Amino acid sequence: MTTSIHGAGSAAGNSLRQGRRRPVESIVKALLVAAAFVSIITTVGIVIALAEPTIGFFRQVSIVEFVTGTSWTPTFAQKAYGVLPLVSATLVVTVIALLIAVPIGLGSAIYLSEYARPGVRKLLKPIVELLAGVPTVVYGFVALFALNPLLQKWWPADDGPAFQNLLIAGIAMGIMIVPTIASISEDSMAAVPRSLREGAYALASTKMQVSTRVVVPAAISGIVAAIVLGISRAVGETMIVTIAGGLTSDRVVINPLDGAATMTAFIANISSGDIPIGSLDYDSVFAVGALLFLITFALNAVSIRMVRRFREVYE
Amino acid sequence: MSAPTLTSTRPDPSAPGAALTQRRSRPGDLAFRLAMQACLVVAFGVLTGLLTWVLIKGWNRLDSRLWTEMPTGLTSRLDGAGVQSALVGTLWIISLVAVICLPIGILSAIYLEEYADNTRWYNRLLELNIQNLAGVPSIIFGILGLGIIARALGFGFTITTAAIVLSLLVLPVVIIATREAIRAVPQSIRQASYALGATKWQTVSRQVLPSAVPGIATGSILALSRAIGEAAPLIVLGAVTFITFNPNGLDSAYTALPIQIFTFITRPQAEFTELAAGAIVLLLAIVLAMNSIAIFVRNRFEKRW
Repeated sequence: MTTSIHGAGSAAGNSLRQGRRRPVESIVKALLVAAAFVSIITTVGIVIALAEPTIGFFRQVSIVEFVTGTSWTPTFAQKAYGVLPLVSATLVVTVIALLIAVPIGLGSAIYLSEYARPGVRKLLKPIVELLAGVPTVVYGFVALFALNPLLQKWWPADDGPAFQNLLIAGIAMGIMIVPTIASISEDSMAAVPRSLREGAYALASTKMQVSTRVVVPAAISGIVAAIVLGISRAVGETMIVTIAGGLTSDRVVINPLDGAATMTAFIANISSGDIPIGSLDYDSVFAVGALLFLITFALNAVSIRMVRRFREVYE
Repeated sequence: MSAPTLTSTRPDPSAPGAALTQRRSRPGDLAFRLAMQACLVVAFGVLTGLLTWVLIKGWNRLDSRLWTEMPTGLTSRLDGAGVQSALVGTLWIISLVAVICLPIGILSAIYLEEYADNTRWYNRLLELNIQNLAGVPSIIFGILGLGIIARALGFGFTITTAAIVLSLLVLPVVIIATREAIRAVPQSIRQASYALGATKWQTVSRQVLPSAVPGIATGSILALSRAIGEAAPLIVLGAVTFITFNPNGLDSAYTALPIQIFTFITRPQAEFTELAAGAIVLLLAIVLAMNSIAIFVRNRFEKRW
């Protein structure tokens, strides 16, 4: 307050309309801008960190070989740099995860939003959010030591799942994503105005018709955003696939009962060893990282767009 | 609820003479309801089943050895092994993350909500950038740490590097939660403050922020608990070794709970698996306790205007 009196005194002749300059206010604003700038620096840092070694990598490996090659063996004597095995493994795990997470997550969201009594909902929603915070290394552990032995025991045929395989990694990842999809979809279903539901009931709709033909379509952009976010998490998830997904990358593995390295698992595996800076192996980590960054960047862009649409409609 | 004419004209073979007041129950409807309920039960059942399994698996290791003894890579010494250095490392990292990440995150959010003119392209870019960062895989942040912070800036593979990387990783969580908390404070509070002659910063610091504290606290705790559980960026930062001493400074080598668990998992012997389960229970206890506090704070103290 002393500054304001002082300031007013020194500028006695100023008109009232003119804003008084206060040093504290300008300092604060500068500080806030600086803080906000950190996130920009982070993105720039990521791009620089990825770009430089990636360019170095593509000086020695042709982009055509990288994109179309079906063998990825940087650590072998016979080196090959085709990224398709890593991409296909990522794809297989992601598809399995979605096949599990989307129906169960959406079903849970519909039940919580449309059927559960308010008390039940109030109790269960926080628990769903709580479960979304379980560290992924835990899912990797249970996939390898609890789920896979069960799967191997129950498998009807002789050639059952391997010790590490894409199926079990996908299942564990699906279980991991369920709370995320359930929570975000439920939020968007809860944002659907009551009047839409009441209108449908007035036309003699049943609860199922209201849920599937009114609430889900009205909340669709939020639901799609949740699913895209789920895909993005599955593609970028590292610990589950590193622990339970396997290591093979010298050929494209489609059979989910076999193990194979995803993009993230390759990065984790190779960088937990000692690699010399500037070597092609070192640069290959960044090239795969750059590809991963581009894929998730595209997925995030879609998700952000969808969320914005759903906000614009009902808020 | 439904009009009488509609019910009577609609063919309903299962209950032709049902009274109007009686709820019609259609088999399809009931099946749908049960299916939705089953989804929820399956989701909860599987998750609680797995967590219980971990608890049983690690039961024999759930004693004071976990935090009084150091980790080992030798099967012969496993009986007297624990995860003390990892636990201390995690506490170090998380304190540093709190110091680095929370001020930056909260100040950024204040800028975006209270100061930024969001018709300007650079402010919109800032917003989009934060939303995008929230979805960048954590292992990419590890690469940022490896290429820039550890090597180009010369911080090396130290506890400081780990803390900076994890801070940047959870920064969007803090920013987004703080923005929502600030946005929930009604405009009338600000106007009343301005009307009494307060400056912008006085209004923000004495009116807006105090009202937003519960939301900010919730977001901050969730962010820290996420940082505790992250292993992927630390793997890229070369943290996978047996460290049998506690960190003693900012430039110390370190290990952390999730990393230590990963190291135990990669060992084939069953004794290591058991120890990993014990360490997981410890990690889960910390993370879930923090998340419970966060959710409790939000539900209990958040103001409804």
